[in-house]
This record gives sequence, structure tokens and C-alpha cells, in this order.
Amino acid sequence: MNYLASVGSYAIMIREVFKKPTKWRIMKSLIFKEIDELIFSSLGIIIFISFFIGAVVAIQTALNLTNPLIPRNLIGFATRQSVILEFAPTFVSIIMAGKVGSYITSSIGTMRVTEQIDALEVMGVNSLNYLVFPKIIAMLFYPFAIAISMYVGIFGGWMAGVFGGFLTSEDFITGLQTDFVPFHIAYAFVKTLIFAFVIATIPSFHGFYMRGGALEVGKASTTAFVWTSVVIIILNYILTQLLLG
Amino acid sequence: MIDVRDIHKSFGDAHILKGISTTFEKGKTNLIIGQSGSGKTVFLKCLLGLFEPEEGGIAYDGKLYADLSDEEKRDLRQEMGMVFQGSALFDSMTVEGNVMFPLEMFTKQSKSEMKERVDAVLKRVNLIDAHHKFPSEISGGMQKRVAIARAIVMNPKYLFCDEPNSGLDPKTAILIDDLIKEITEEYNITTVINTHDMNSVMQIGEKIIFLKDGLLEWEGTKNEIFKTDNEAVTNFVYSSDLFKKVRQMYIQEQN
Repeated sequence: MNYLASVGSYAIMIREVFKKPTKWRIMKSLIFKEIDELIFSSLGIIIFISFFIGAVVAIQTALNLTNPLIPRNLIGFATRQSVILEFAPTFVSIIMAGKVGSYITSSIGTMRVTEQIDALEVMGVNSLNYLVFPKIIAMLFYPFAIAISMYVGIFGGWMAGVFGGFLTSEDFITGLQTDFVPFHIAYAFVKTLIFAFVIATIPSFHGFYMRGGALEVGKASTTAFVWTSVVIIILNYILTQLLLG
Repeated sequence: MIDVRDIHKSFGDAHILKGISTTFEKGKTNLIIGQSGSGKTVFLKCLLGLFEPEEGGIAYDGKLYADLSDEEKRDLRQEMGMVFQGSALFDSMTVEGNVMFPLEMFTKQSKSEMKERVDAVLKRVNLIDAHHKFPSEISGGMQKRVAIARAIVMNPKYLFCDEPNSGLDPKTAILIDDLIKEITEEYNITTVINTHDMNSVMQIGEKIIFLKDGLLEWEGTKNEIFKTDNEAVTNFVYSSDLFKKVRQMYIQEQN
């Protein structure tokens, strides 16, 4: 019953986020600030992880290609498919649920604990619109981060494959171009946009409705990460079935 | 003026406010006192419009809150200033940003007009050199002054304070009390203060209401509180030896 009540509260929160908008002059600066906090400040970790995971995918594939009849360019093909279909949109989103999600929950939760949200409400400000809407808009830029992740991941695979002596650069590029389905890119970005909404709203929900003190802010951040990850994994399955099944 | 008419408020089975009626006059400092759990905070949140009572109503200068449209309620909120117990300053903004926030949000003033108004209110609360500091860089007393400046920057008709001098040293607490009283008179606003501080009661309590178990147990002025025979009030107000002696001296003086 508690879960159902939470789902209901979450739906009500989403409705409130889009009601009674904050003045555009203020909202604009909040959106730019959130783009900086949520997207640009995450690029470093996204690039770092993407590069090495792409490299590991290439090495693992190469080490498992023991049959001489299987062409080496499969390494490029496998790297591309893994990075574009799963690693960049899904795994990076789970990492972002930890990094961005905990930031969102703790910042909103701290505002709740220190009565800053009450101060907004007393002034007549729609606090949900003021706090959550800019995060949702900022996360619309998340697909750009995922595009970078895809590029860097494949580049990591190329580096590991070529400089590790597993295949030539030409083989890798041939593999990259083999059986390319443009819809896979669309599928990846549809997933990314939906995950972006989840990453912006579920941690906001846990921060906004938390009660207690500093300890509860920490607990809310952990809970938000767990639930954001669970929802991403379930949605990943549903979207894959719907779009590729 | 705020007219409270027989308000009731419950949360589940807990009946917190059990029918409170009173009037808070304009230009006066009205104090709400009572033990923890007596319903003071719920009462203050009802006055702020954050909780709506199930029965009874609250009228602000004759306008009953429950009868107002959503837009009128929003407009009324802009006529209210609130000083929170922990100041509730936005910690991502400077002192100037905090005080300017309501102006940016609700007025069409130019940047220079807003700056002029912010300078004026910060000067009024005796904060001159703190414009570009963040809340974490200033003392608790200064934070309270910034909170007061933010509460009065829109020229409110009603000022609400929740334990405005909690956590402050006695000297700073007196300064904050005096500042609230001066501002109340100067701006001719209806000020309602929720407090535990008996020094505030004795110093600025032009009207005091004492809540007990969700009911209005007693109301009067700071002079009347010395003479009252109400046992619940005397037990609460004169719980310390110092205040007991002060009261005895006052009664002897009067006799």
C-alpha cells in the first residue's frame, strides 16, 4: 500500500511541477545553473568511464574470438552494439542516478530540513516548479552527454583493440560499419530521454517529501538512488521489448 | 488585523487545535506562548495559510481566507512576511540575493530599483557590509536580521516570526526583539510571534495568548501576565526561580 501511495504522490508532484510557472527571468537562470550542475559537471566522469568500458568490451570480445573463421572486425561490431544499445544509455544512466540523483535529493532535502522550502511556500512561490522544473529542462540536454559517451566508448574500444594488437584500425572501422541500423541510435536516445526524466524527478520526489534531519537526508539520497536504478532497469526492459522486440 | 474565529485542526485522530478564537491587532506585537505540543506551530501555520482549518476561519483585515480565490490567496501571501526559527535563508544566494528574491519574484521593478530597496531594508536592520556574503559566512544574529529584511522587503501587512531569537545570545536576542517591535510600529503591521522566550514576553508582548492542549487558555498583555491567577500560565511563565522572584517583586511593588 505504501508503494501505491508513493506512486500517487509522485504523480501529484509531477502535476504540480507544471502548474503556476515561475517568472521566466528567474527560471532561465535556474535552468542554466542546473545544466551546469547536472550535465557539464558530469561530463568528466562520463568520459572517463565510457573510455575504459569501451576498451574493456573490445578486449573481452577479442579474447573470446578463438575461432579463426570469425573475422576480427567483429570486435568493432561488438563494441559499437554494446556501447550504443546498452552501455551508454543504460549503464551511464545508472551511474548518473548515483551522481546527479544524490546531488538532487540532498540539495532539495537540505532545503526541506532548513525550512527553505517552507520559506518559498510562504512567499507564494510554487516550490515544486521552482526546484524541479529547471532540473527536468536541464536533463533534456542529457542525450548530448550520452552522444559523447557513445563516441568516447567506441574510441576507447578502438584504442584498446588497435594498440593492444588485437586488430588493425581498418578492421575495427569495417566492424563499426557492418550491419549498422540507424534506428538503434533513435532507440538509444528515446531511452536516454525517458531515463533523464526519471533521474530528474525520482530524486526530487525523495528530497522534497523527506522529513527529519541530516541523517534522513543521507537516507533519502540512498533510497532515491536505489529507486531510480530500479525504475531505469525496469523501463529499459519495457522499452527494449516495445522498440526492438 | 487578523481575526481568528473558532478554528479547529486535526491530523488523523489527533485533534491539535480545538477551537481557538482571538484577534491580532495592527501595529502591535502579538505573542503566542505555550508548552511544546500545545499547538503553537500548527496555529502559526494556519495563520500563514499553510494549513487550512477544518472548522472556523481566519479573516485578514475582514477578508475570510477560505472565501478567497487561489489568485487572491497568492496575493495575500505576498502581503505576509515570515521569519523562520532557523532563518531559512537560501544558502546558494548572497545576503543581497536573499533579500532581493521576493522583489525579483513578484515585482516588475528594475534592477536598480530593487537594489535601492534592498539597501534600504538592510540598512534598517543594521546590516551594511554584508551584501555579498553568503548565509554560511555570517553569524546567527546577522542571519536573523537578513531574514527580517527579507520578510519586510515587500512592505508586508502581516509579519510572522517563529521563535525569532532561539539559539541567540541574550544580548542579540534583545536586539532582535527590539528590531521586530520597532519595525511593527514603523510599518504599522500586524506581527505575530511564536516564542518560548520569557524575556520576549516581558519585553515586547503587547498581546500574549497562551495555548494549552490546543485551546486558548489565557490572553492578555505583558502587564496582565504578572497579575494573572491562571495556574497554567503562572506555572509556564514563572517556571524559573528568577521569574518567580521578579513576579513577587512586581506584586509587592504594586501592593
